[in-house]
Amino acid sequence: MAEDIYKPIDQDIHSEPMILQMGPSHPATHGTVRFTLTLEGEKVIKCETEVGYLHRGFEKECEEATWTQVFPYTDRLNYVSPLLNNFGYALAVERLLGIEVPERCDWIRTIMGELSRLSDHLTCIGAGGLELGAMTAFLYAIEGRELVWDLIEQVTGARLTVSYGRIGGLKDDLTPDFAERWAYTRERLIEIHETTHKLLTRNRIFLDRMEGTGVITPEMGVSYGYTGVCLRSTGVAYDVRKDHPYFKYGEVDFDVPVGKHGDNMDRYLCRMEELVQSIRIIDQCLAKMKPGPINTDDPRVALPSKDKVYNTIEGMISHFKIIFEGVQVPAGEVYSYTEGGNGELGFYIVSNGTGKPWKIHVRSPSLIVMGGIHKLFEGGLLADIIPTFDTVNMIGGECDK
Amino acid sequence: MMVEVLISLVKIFVIVLGFVMAVAGLLTLLGDRKQSSKIQNRVGPNRAKILGIGVLGIPHFLADGLKLVLKENIVPAGANRFLHTLAPVLVLAPALIGWAVIPFMDHYCTGTMQTTAEYTEICVGGEWKNYFSIMHLNAGLLFAFAIAAISVYGAAIAGWASNSKYSLLGGLRSSAQMISYEVSMGLSLAGILLIYGTLDLNEMARMQGYLLWDWLPMWGVVVQPLAFFLFFLAGMAETKRAPFDLPEGESEIVAGYLTEYSTMKFAGMQLAEYAATVFIAALIAVIFLGGWQIPYVYADGIRIFDNHWVPFGEQAWYWISIFLRVHAMIFKILVLVWLQFMMRWTLPRFRYDQVMTLGWKILLPLSIANLFVTALIVTLL
Amino acid sequence: MAKKLIDFVKKHFGDEVLDAHSRLGNDTVVVERGRVADIIARLRDDDATQMNMLRAITCVDYLHREPRFEVVYILYSIAKKHMLTVRVVVPEDDCNVPTIEHLYGCAAWMEREVWDMYGVTFEGHSDLRRVLLYEEFEGHPLRKDYAKQASQPRLELLGKERDSVEEFNRYVKDKPSEGSRQA
Repeated sequence: MAEDIYKPIDQDIHSEPMILQMGPSHPATHGTVRFTLTLEGEKVIKCETEVGYLHRGFEKECEEATWTQVFPYTDRLNYVSPLLNNFGYALAVERLLGIEVPERCDWIRTIMGELSRLSDHLTCIGAGGLELGAMTAFLYAIEGRELVWDLIEQVTGARLTVSYGRIGGLKDDLTPDFAERWAYTRERLIEIHETTHKLLTRNRIFLDRMEGTGVITPEMGVSYGYTGVCLRSTGVAYDVRKDHPYFKYGEVDFDVPVGKHGDNMDRYLCRMEELVQSIRIIDQCLAKMKPGPINTDDPRVALPSKDKVYNTIEGMISHFKIIFEGVQVPAGEVYSYTEGGNGELGFYIVSNGTGKPWKIHVRSPSLIVMGGIHKLFEGGLLADIIPTFDTVNMIGGECDK
Repeated sequence: MMVEVLISLVKIFVIVLGFVMAVAGLLTLLGDRKQSSKIQNRVGPNRAKILGIGVLGIPHFLADGLKLVLKENIVPAGANRFLHTLAPVLVLAPALIGWAVIPFMDHYCTGTMQTTAEYTEICVGGEWKNYFSIMHLNAGLLFAFAIAAISVYGAAIAGWASNSKYSLLGGLRSSAQMISYEVSMGLSLAGILLIYGTLDLNEMARMQGYLLWDWLPMWGVVVQPLAFFLFFLAGMAETKRAPFDLPEGESEIVAGYLTEYSTMKFAGMQLAEYAATVFIAALIAVIFLGGWQIPYVYADGIRIFDNHWVPFGEQAWYWISIFLRVHAMIFKILVLVWLQFMMRWTLPRFRYDQVMTLGWKILLPLSIANLFVTALIVTLL
Repeated sequence: MAKKLIDFVKKHFGDEVLDAHSRLGNDTVVVERGRVADIIARLRDDDATQMNMLRAITCVDYLHREPRFEVVYILYSIAKKHMLTVRVVVPEDDCNVPTIEHLYGCAAWMEREVWDMYGVTFEGHSDLRRVLLYEEFEGHPLRKDYAKQASQPRLELLGKERDSVEEFNRYVKDKPSEGSRQA
């Protein structure tokens, strides 16, 4: 009825939709993505996504480097959770080689991976708060992230680009005071988690912005290749850590939060709950871990100890060949997948038997999410793009490789 | 005649420059940064020092002003230069002109003051002179409200004149938001008008000295609590203060209508926002929180229940009461400003359609209902 | 469990299958490219397999081998938790494969990435253009014979931007106080 009145008015006024470039340099598109939005008033009718502003040629670079030299490149994929990338890649190469890592290495990989996941989720929640205007929540989350990064720095030596994993093991063991520093950090993290819940989760304005916006249905989620929190928030309970356990995830007790509506609020709540679960996993790992070696002693892979390198000729030759020619990985291909911060991070590795990879393909969850994100924006308002883009947590390094 | 002009100029200087710009601007910037840093568990600015004194980061205000003056003035290509420069003026001027009618203290009495049984103060043996506001208008409230409405033009013109789609979106959002909330503001004030029967702000403040049952001061918030909340919310939406700061987007539309502004034009608009915040706080203080009234303190002593003390003697007490009252007014303004800052740093931002829903579907019916009930009560009592 | 998927494919599409193995726990079938869309559609829709998730589409360049490329599809079933890798041989001179864009929503972008990086076209794809690189890029970088040291064409500046860049260069050249800056 009302629309009948508007039809002749519309023809007289001759309104046309407005094209707005939410371009690569925009405060909301962190990670540089470009959206070309066709707006009618404030409603988004069409959205075209353009990625690739951060493409650095990861896959091509890896073909020039030895298997161990790829680790710094993997750091820079999902740069808020670099350890998860490192270990995912190490797992893939170890499968091709067919070697087993010692148990302690698996425990430490689980712990450090979950620390990285804490940092990833804290960044996502904080950035979400910041862009919605709750700047205080952002700073609390950043404080939590700083504490996690302090821990990571103690163990690995760097905050962000850690290069901690090695084929067949790790760079170093945990520091002796890791457990006490973790005890302090986890108390503070739990406080921050509760404070953020009090600030945001039942805030009327926050609920209005997040509930019902950016909805994904389960069928759409699976078809568009979404994994991780984005898929679990729709109700599909798929977590690589539970379905195909790797490292020590099979031996620790943790829950995986699964949402119902598939909207922004569910993704936010899933991430908040995963923070708590990650803390739980780390506690259990620290309790169950036993001292032992952290690197495999397979001579094809492991560097000999320094006194052998400097005093025996075999040690020196072995050291030289492993470093200069790279670990000789037998020919073949494998697809190995782990649960990254944003979803299933997969490495499809092809080897031709030499010390350099023939091909490494990263199945990056962020790129796949960007493929389907126009479905989330179209039909909503311009202001809904902000929380949606935040909660799917697109990380530029991972998306553009 | 000359003396009066001189006195007006002094008042303008003291109130507008001295209070609004220096204290309010300084303290709001300070409060904004240091208070927010306290909430957010960080340190905040503490580096700027004048002559070695850098207490609480106060010199940052001057450092910012100096920096902004020295920057390059960029007008976007294709923008209307005249309108682009006019817009900050249209935003800043109303925020400052509105201060003409805010009373900081009752008018001065040359004789002795006496308080009647209805708790009104009358001047015995002398005459009223010298109002403590820049201008004394019978229709002070109407003037203040009308001036506040002019700032809609500033924001809309800023958005249009910048020749950028983001600014246009910001300007549209701001004009829609501001005119929506002005309606609720006006209607909630209509309830006050019914109760106090006057538009003169000074009179309103005087009438709030009435003690109901000899102990409850009849401040506006006691008489019209709903109107207080409505006006507070609508006032925050008028000044585009968080959580209503979506015209300045800051993440969606990259600073909205402020995007293409630099140097003093930008500083002017930011200062105007702070000055408008303080202005709304002052209006709320005068209308709802008793203005310069301190409970139980009158010009001729302290009265509570039926007791009456005059410490320090009548003449001295009069001066003390003036001093106390001016500071009470300032204190109330600062408390309200502080409250607005706390809300800014805690709450996330509204979405555009939620702001409209709140303004038209929730606040407007509530203010009409408020008016209705007030009218009923005033007629019956 | 491992051989079930391979047997399924062999049963229904036996003459397309060139090779099959389960090395390192990854079930793999190598097929001809003609009916790959049908094979994958059958894998997705059949109740026995229910491969409703497409994990990745990528391509491997075996430079001195004929056929040169192999496009790899990795399919997964969330309900049944099994994975299958389908490899399609693609010769160099006839570099195209039927598209599976209509089967999975994410296939569109994954195929664009393979086109971008390897130059393998997908027949029937609605919007085959570059996704990670810019439009004016020449060549397909992940091919093994891509000249790594080649320089790529710069983007054409819009008229206004070009004028302002030239104006700036002239300004810098004329100002003597710019020190050692050479325009």
